[in-house]
Order: sequence, then structure tokens, then C-alpha cells
Amino acid sequence: MTTPLQPPPKKDPQKRSTAPTRPPEMRSRAAMHLTAAAAEGRFALQCCLECGAVQYPPRDACSSCLSTDFEWRDMPPGGTLLAETTVHASPRLFYRERMPWRAGTVQLDAGPTVLAHIHEDIAAHGRVRIEARLDQAGQGVLLALPETPTPHQEDAPLMRALSADPKHRRILITDARSPHTPALAKALQDAGAAMIFAGEPESWRPYPGRAALDALGVEVLPMDVTDTASVQKLAGEIGGKTDILINTAQMLRPGGVLERGDTAFARDEIEVNYLGLMRLAQAFGPGMCARVSDGVNSAAAWVNLLSVSAMTNAQPFGVHSASQAGAYSLSQSLRAEFRPSGLRVMNLFFGPTEADDWYQPLPPPKVTTNALARAVVDGLQRGLEDVWCGDIAQDIRERFRRDPKVLEREMTMGGDGP
Amino acid sequence: MARPASYEGVVLTAPFSTAYQRYSQDTAHFWIATALRGALRSAGLKPAELDGFSVSSFTLFPDTAVGLTQHLGLTPRWLDHIPMGGASAGVAVRRAARAIQAGDADYIACVAGDTNHIDSFRQLLSSFSRFAMDASYPYGYGGPNASFALLTDRYMHEYGATRSDFGRICVAQRANALKNPNAVMKKPLTLDQYLSARPIADPIALFDCVMPCAGAEAFLVMSQDSAEKRGLPYATLSAAIERHNAHPDDPIQLRGGWTLDVDTLWDQAGCGPQDMDLVQTYDDYPVISMMQIEDLGFCAKGRAADFLRDKDMTTTGDFPHNTSGGQLSGGQAGAAGGFIGMVEAIRQVTGQANDTQVPDAKRALVSGFGMINFDRGLCSSATVLETGMRA
Repeated sequence: MTTPLQPPPKKDPQKRSTAPTRPPEMRSRAAMHLTAAAAEGRFALQCCLECGAVQYPPRDACSSCLSTDFEWRDMPPGGTLLAETTVHASPRLFYRERMPWRAGTVQLDAGPTVLAHIHEDIAAHGRVRIEARLDQAGQGVLLALPETPTPHQEDAPLMRALSADPKHRRILITDARSPHTPALAKALQDAGAAMIFAGEPESWRPYPGRAALDALGVEVLPMDVTDTASVQKLAGEIGGKTDILINTAQMLRPGGVLERGDTAFARDEIEVNYLGLMRLAQAFGPGMCARVSDGVNSAAAWVNLLSVSAMTNAQPFGVHSASQAGAYSLSQSLRAEFRPSGLRVMNLFFGPTEADDWYQPLPPPKVTTNALARAVVDGLQRGLEDVWCGDIAQDIRERFRRDPKVLEREMTMGGDGP
Repeated sequence: MARPASYEGVVLTAPFSTAYQRYSQDTAHFWIATALRGALRSAGLKPAELDGFSVSSFTLFPDTAVGLTQHLGLTPRWLDHIPMGGASAGVAVRRAARAIQAGDADYIACVAGDTNHIDSFRQLLSSFSRFAMDASYPYGYGGPNASFALLTDRYMHEYGATRSDFGRICVAQRANALKNPNAVMKKPLTLDQYLSARPIADPIALFDCVMPCAGAEAFLVMSQDSAEKRGLPYATLSAAIERHNAHPDDPIQLRGGWTLDVDTLWDQAGCGPQDMDLVQTYDDYPVISMMQIEDLGFCAKGRAADFLRDKDMTTTGDFPHNTSGGQLSGGQAGAAGGFIGMVEAIRQVTGQANDTQVPDAKRALVSGFGMINFDRGLCSSATVLETGMRA
């Protein structure tokens, strides 16, 4: 059984941080579909549209009928461990530093035989449950877990490598004033976070969430994402111990281009939602990238909270949507820039929330702060890249996947005139 | 399936092995040239007389057999490149023999060789196959050691073979290698040393693994008339089979393609396993040697450990096996590992094996196995050689 993970000892500041190494990243284009599903926490395999065969590894033609038409379908997760090995020698640095490494051959209930990472609590030739996870190269890999969860299974070194689990990690929530911050802090604390910091702009102005943060023992520190100096100052103070950064800073006002009449709010939205993210990344990003292999409380993830209107413009928040689209595109750049270090970028897309005043006129369903906080923690524990929180975000994701143009047309109706 | 035509009139001659080196600063081109020159010299042929050339190599990049013709100054009218790793020799022989019979070439050199720089093995792994890149290396990056560890683990579970059973193969081969001056391994190996060696990828330990090194192997294929005119000792080719991607629906590999063609092999050879004076299996890991011994009809599936338990596998024993030490003790010079058994078998049946000579060896089985594309070896080959003319 997995040994429970102990809080790490205080770091010797004179000790060199271990430089990040990564598992192999190269994949064929066909194999990237496994990654795409794993990014959302789904285990999917390639199915032939003509004969229905499920095949693995992914191919460019069906090995049963030579058809070239495929669909990636979610698969039942069950399987049996046919054979296993514990690797003691590898020419790849990432694995050398983590020896011994357990891997095995799993016969899937879905048909194919796959190689997978094997959790230490699985018995020889036992039953397993397969999950697709992103590894530190940001690529999808298959993980065999015990069929029923074992105590502390999340604490195994393998699981730490395939997640951004908040347990024993130090977390910065960038905007203490966000209505989501108290629930988020509570959920992270419940998940075992070692320390939670929150950045606070305009400290002289009272706000309802402050008491809750104090009660939780959150360390509230001054930072305004629109002020480069304040971001750099906080990064200087706690950047070396920020393991997970969650950007909750958000400027939201309704209105389209014509309705607004001027660019004032648009400028504010860009300052907070787009340039704020950039300032944070420039101040905290390099330090976090350098600490990805730094033991139990290594830097693990960067989290952006984005309105699902980042995917397709949503009225009556037309201009705000543009700032979200900009932030989303920036997050993709961050992914590319963080990749060599293995630092993850998780985007959580949400629909209208209960807590943001400006969503008050919109009809339900709306996302509660607790649901949003749970989704962040769950996403980190599973190492996801894209989390779709709430019914509306999931609906938009599905419609976007089917046809982005149809979705755009549906979202931009002119209404029946006279 | 049609019965393949006889290989009558075709012979294998001029076996040549370079000494192996753990690391080399030279290129695959150098090693292949060295072995080619050795084979041509022993046959008294000039390079210009060579009109057929067959190459197996992993480290020629960016060149292929085509680039080698210009590099080495050859003008062949028949050219082949066989990227089948451990099955290469058997496949090369099959193709070359048919070319000789058809008159497409008169003298064919079959050569396999590779270099081994300090970092070659890691680089070779990283570009080995698409399925390995997509679906096996991300899981611990153990390379072939990990892949064969999985097969070995399942084989042991399924058939009850033990580490000692595998160890006996390795220990006997080390004894054979000590009589082969070209072998990389120079020290004796005991079963205790085998069993207590450091683990590499459980259940595989150090002495289950081959030593990557640099070297090359070569031989010539020509008509019997040509060999006799030149007064060369030669082996005749009684039978040859090959198969690729056999049993794709087996969830894990416990058998190879030989099972599909074993009857063809012995039928064409006109003899059986019991008639072999020596056996050369492809021994990248000892479990694979057991698989070949079973699948080629020496014993029933899963019984190789029992079959070998009371056999003496050394050159003077009752079941001479991998008489030059094989790859496990000779070293694996890349694709030359697929040739080591063939070249040694030609030496054996022509009486040129010197210190590793099996007394009065007349018939030899040479088996090949290659290319773990994802989870299993895809290529299998086997040939039966007989004494044509002794040295």
C-alpha cells in the first residue's frame, strides 16, 4: 500500500534546485487524440467507423479492414494486468531520476492490449482501472489504477508526476477580492494545500470575502495585477515558493461595442484580464518553471479562470468576451512556453456564475462558487488542461466541437424584427 | 499455401566476422566496408566482380544501401536493404538465393553492421518506430529491455520457467564465447553470478541483456558452380522461411511467426529438429531462444525449460547452441546481431569454426527474430544449412 506523503522539510536555500527533465514528447498526429481526450480527463481510443474495431496504438488505417475513417470514443476503463516490469535502467534522464519505474501490459475490456504506467498498489495479474493522464511532457499516457481506490493512492510518486495535486503545495490566488476566492481557498485547504496566499488590490477598500479569508488563515498580501511593480514585488517575496498559481483576477462589465459608446471599460478589461495575466506570467512564470522538479512541493500548475465566452462571443458581454478570447490565446502561448519545464497550464471555463453581480440579469443555470472551487481542485488532482465547469460551459464545449460556425451563428442572433 | 521451390544450386560461402568493439568512433560505413572486404578477400573476389549487394544496418543514416554503393565503389545489378534487425540474415539469404537462381546476380554479398558511439543506443531508441514512440517509450523508457521483460514475465507466469532456466542458456553461451576471440565478453560466467546480477527491468537482469557494440558480419551467396570453380568451402541451403506480424491478436507474445511456417521448413529441408548438429537462435534475451526452440519443433509450447534442463548447450555438448557465444556473450553490433548465427553456422558446417567447431557438424538451424515495433517482435525467419564442401 502507498506510504502517505509527508510534508517536505524546509528547503535549504543554498541547495541547487533540480533542473526539470521530461518524459519523451514526440508523438504521431494520430496519437495526439489520446492527449486531447486526456486533457479533459477522458480515456478514449480510436474506433473504425466502418467495421467498429477498436485499435491501439493509433494508426492511419484500420488494421482490420484498411478503412481510413475513425472516431475517438470514450472507452470502458476496466482491464487486466497481463505482465509487468519494474524498470531499473533507462537512458532517459526523467526516468533515471525516478527509478525504479513500474510499467505493464494491460488487456483492456475494450479489446486492445496497451502498455501503461502501473500504480504500486495493483496486485500482480490483478484487475485495473485505466485513466488517460497528461504526463510532464504534456502528452497523454495511460495509467492503471487499482480497481477500487486504495488509501493514499494519490500520494504515490507516479501519481504526483501525473497530476498537479494541491496536497502539500503552496498556492497563490491572485485576487483576494474575487467572489470565488474564499470557496477556492477552503477547497484547496481541504485538499491538503500547505499554504495559501492571496493577492489583494486596493487594500483600503473593504470587501465581504476578507473576513472569510482571515478565518481560513489565508495570507493576504498586496498585489494589483494592473500594477507591474506590485506584481513584481510579490513575486520577489513569494515567487520562490509558489507551487500553483490560480488567477482569479477578472474585470467584467456587460455591453457590446455600440452599447458601450467608448473604450474605457474595454481598456480596463484588457488591463486586468489580458495584460494582468501577462504581468503575472512574466513575474512568476520563470521561477515556477525552474522549480518543476523540486520534490514534493515542486511548482506544478498555472490555473486560469476564463469565461466560456473565450471560445465564442456571448451577448450581452460582447466586449468582455473579446478580453477572454485574448486571455485564452495567451494561455496557449504560456502552454507552449512552459512546456520545456513541464509546468502545466489548466484553463477552467465557466458559464455565468451566481456570485458575480454583473451576471444577475441572466437566467439559470449558473455556477456556484463551491462548484467552481471543486472543479479547480479536481482538475489539479487529475492533472487536466481544460475543465468545463457547469452546464452552460459544457454545452458550449459540445456545440463548439460539433461546429464552431453553427455555434457562432446561434450565439449572434439578431432577434425577430417587426 | 504453395510449396516453395527448392534452393538447389545456391550456396553460402566466405563467412567473415569483424572483432567487436564496445564503443567505436568509426561509422557503420567503416564496419560494413571492413566485413565486405574480409568476405571478398576470403573468396578471392574483387569488388568490381560483385554484382549483388544486400545490407542490414541501423546507423547508416542518412544513407541507405544506395548511398553505400557509391561510398564503397560498387556497381551491383541487384541491391537490397533489409531493415529487419534480428531476422535480417534469414531474409537476406532467401532473397539472395532466388536472385542467384534467376540469374539476376552472380555474386551477392550479404553484409550487416553497425557502429556504436557513446550515445548511439539512446539515439537509436528515440527514433526506432512510430508505435514505440507513441505507445511504449513514454512508459519508463526502458527500451527493448522493458519490452522483453514484459514478455519474459508473462512467459514465466504462463509456463513456470524460472530465472535459473534462462541462466543456463546464458552460462553455456559464455563458455562458448570464451573460445571465440572476437567476442566482447572475456570472463567466465557462473549461474550464481547470473542470478545475483543487478536488475535491469524485472525479471530481466544484467546477464539477460546483450552488450551494444560496434562490428559487422558478412557472407557471400553464389551458385554452387561458381563456388566449386573458385575452390571455396560452402554450405548449401536446404530450407528457409520468413513471416511478419504473425498472430496479431495474441494479447501478448508467447509465440512467433515460426509456428505458421515450421512444417514448411522441415518439409522443404527433408529432415527434422532431431537431425540438427547445432542450433543458432536469435538470443537478444534468453526467453526468445526458448520461444524459438519451441516454435521450431524441438519441444512442445512452454516446455523449452524442461527440454534444455538436461542438455549441454556448449560446443562439445549434446545440444550445441549459439556456438560463438551468440549476442549475449559475443555482443550485439546492431543489425549484425541478426547475422551472427548465420555466419557462425556457415563456418560450422564448412569446418572453419576453429576453437568453437562442433565436431563433424553437418546440419545447422539458424533462426532469426526482429523488430519490437510496439509490444512484440514482428519478424521471424529460419534457415537450414548443410555441409556442401568442407574447408
